[in-house]
Amino acid sequence: MKEILWLGRGGQGAFTAAKLFGAAYTANDDAHYALSFPSFGPERRGAPVRAFTKLDEKPVLDRSQTEKADFIVVLDDTLYAPALQAQLKEGGRIIVNSKTPIPDTFTFDGEAVAAEYHLPTVNTVMLGIVSALSDYITEEQAVSAIEGYMPQKIQARNTGAVKLAREAVQK
Amino acid sequence: MSKRFLSGNEAFAEGIRLAKPDVISAYPITPQTIVVERLSEMVEDGSLKSEFIHVESEHSALSCAIGASASGARAFTATSSQGLLYMAECLYYASGGRFPIVMMNADRSTALPWNIYGDQRDSLSQLDSGWIQVYAENAQEALDLALMSWRIAEDSRVSTPVMVNLDGFVLTHTYETVEIPEQAQADRFLPPYVTGNRIDFDDPKNMAFSAGPDTNFIFKYKAHRGMLAAKEVVTETEDAFAEIFGRRYSGLLDSYRTEDADYILVTLGSIAGLCRETADRLREQGIRAGVVRIRYMRPFPNAEIAAALQNAKAFGVLEKDISFGNEGTVYTNVNSALQKAGVRIPGYNFIGGLGGRNISAGDIAQMFADIQDGTEHVNFIGIGGDGNGESNG
Repeated sequence: MKEILWLGRGGQGAFTAAKLFGAAYTANDDAHYALSFPSFGPERRGAPVRAFTKLDEKPVLDRSQTEKADFIVVLDDTLYAPALQAQLKEGGRIIVNSKTPIPDTFTFDGEAVAAEYHLPTVNTVMLGIVSALSDYITEEQAVSAIEGYMPQKIQARNTGAVKLAREAVQK
Repeated sequence: MSKRFLSGNEAFAEGIRLAKPDVISAYPITPQTIVVERLSEMVEDGSLKSEFIHVESEHSALSCAIGASASGARAFTATSSQGLLYMAECLYYASGGRFPIVMMNADRSTALPWNIYGDQRDSLSQLDSGWIQVYAENAQEALDLALMSWRIAEDSRVSTPVMVNLDGFVLTHTYETVEIPEQAQADRFLPPYVTGNRIDFDDPKNMAFSAGPDTNFIFKYKAHRGMLAAKEVVTETEDAFAEIFGRRYSGLLDSYRTEDADYILVTLGSIAGLCRETADRLREQGIRAGVVRIRYMRPFPNAEIAAALQNAKAFGVLEKDISFGNEGTVYTNVNSALQKAGVRIPGYNFIGGLGGRNISAGDIAQMFADIQDGTEHVNFIGIGGDGNGESNG
């Protein structure tokens, strides 16, 4: 099973990214199974939020919160702490949206890409980064999830952001 | 048929849309809110032609559903936790009046201390209210139960309301792939509700009346018989469901690798998947573990539980419930089933997940170890025995 832990603040769309990733992984693929869920409880704008995506080639039966992840995606660099390294599986990676490099992480300026598309958050940018650094989902699957689960008027901007983020990583 | 990536609440709402209730009356409460929000959006966009009644409380929500059902309408409501407890008076009116209402309950902790997270103390406290109670494990089963529950409730042999329970958050708020059947399939499976148990100006009758000591008893006997008849109707309903939708369910309970199991963990709801996965791991180590997931708490699968456990050396019951001063209610029920069948094996009760506390794979492995080695009768996961001084060890 592959596990992605998303860290963000209320309003940044961490759970939306977790959900889109699960939808993408299972899009047009009957042999793929996914669970996506937020850290449960009251929602407050600005408060730290955790969200989870679990991916497997058999039904995912373990609904408990991920303890060790293959990818930890940090949407807000003030939420990064070196202690997060202990929550990685062996060979796992931490991806941080930040303008300044952070040791032992893949740092990416998601806001630059989001600004290109007038997006207020970097959630789909970071989804694009994870999709490029992993082989879990294809660009077509990411686009299909955005088109299936985001309001129509913001689909084009978000698919654009995903594609640009993937290109930036692949360069 | 289409596939969508949906939460348990959203999947359930899709099932309700397919069942075409005439009336929906509900009051929002976390973690049930999304199901009524989705249904209200469906009514708004015209894809569901129901009368949606916004009420001022849960007591009114179920009262409305009772009134609607008494006029011959198919009525739906949904609630959780304190909302269910606020409905408690009306639960008995609905079942006593033999009104086949369907309700979704998002299983959630009860106050105090106040807490919005999942456990099963709300619904299990209402086992005696005369409602059929079924517990879903995943979003697909939730959607499918939304359809099947109407057919069971409305069967004239049963005429009993159904409460479909979804674990709060772990099931209601978790997204997974769900197959949504076609409306034509749903229509073939679930015909419109037709009943004589309704207000009818052409055929006036007394409804929801008083009954004194001479006849009251008979009504209670008949309600009990109606609930027992649901056992057979559940099987028939699942057969018809499998034929139309191609998915088969296993009746009142779901047994996993119990045939040759030495140690069996009995549980209910969404934690069952992790229990099965743990049993598989233990089998790789040579420990013959099995799992029973109770689907229906009422009517209770007495004979089925005894049959599943009769060859085991010991069993445990994992539940998100405690009846203070005794033990978990599911454990009480399971013990009664074994006693009646003459099955004499040691059993242990594991109380977990209260107020939403996580139950890990490690916790479940420890339960199997405790079942094997013996422990106190009543154990609180992560804390220990209840200190009642009783042990089967």
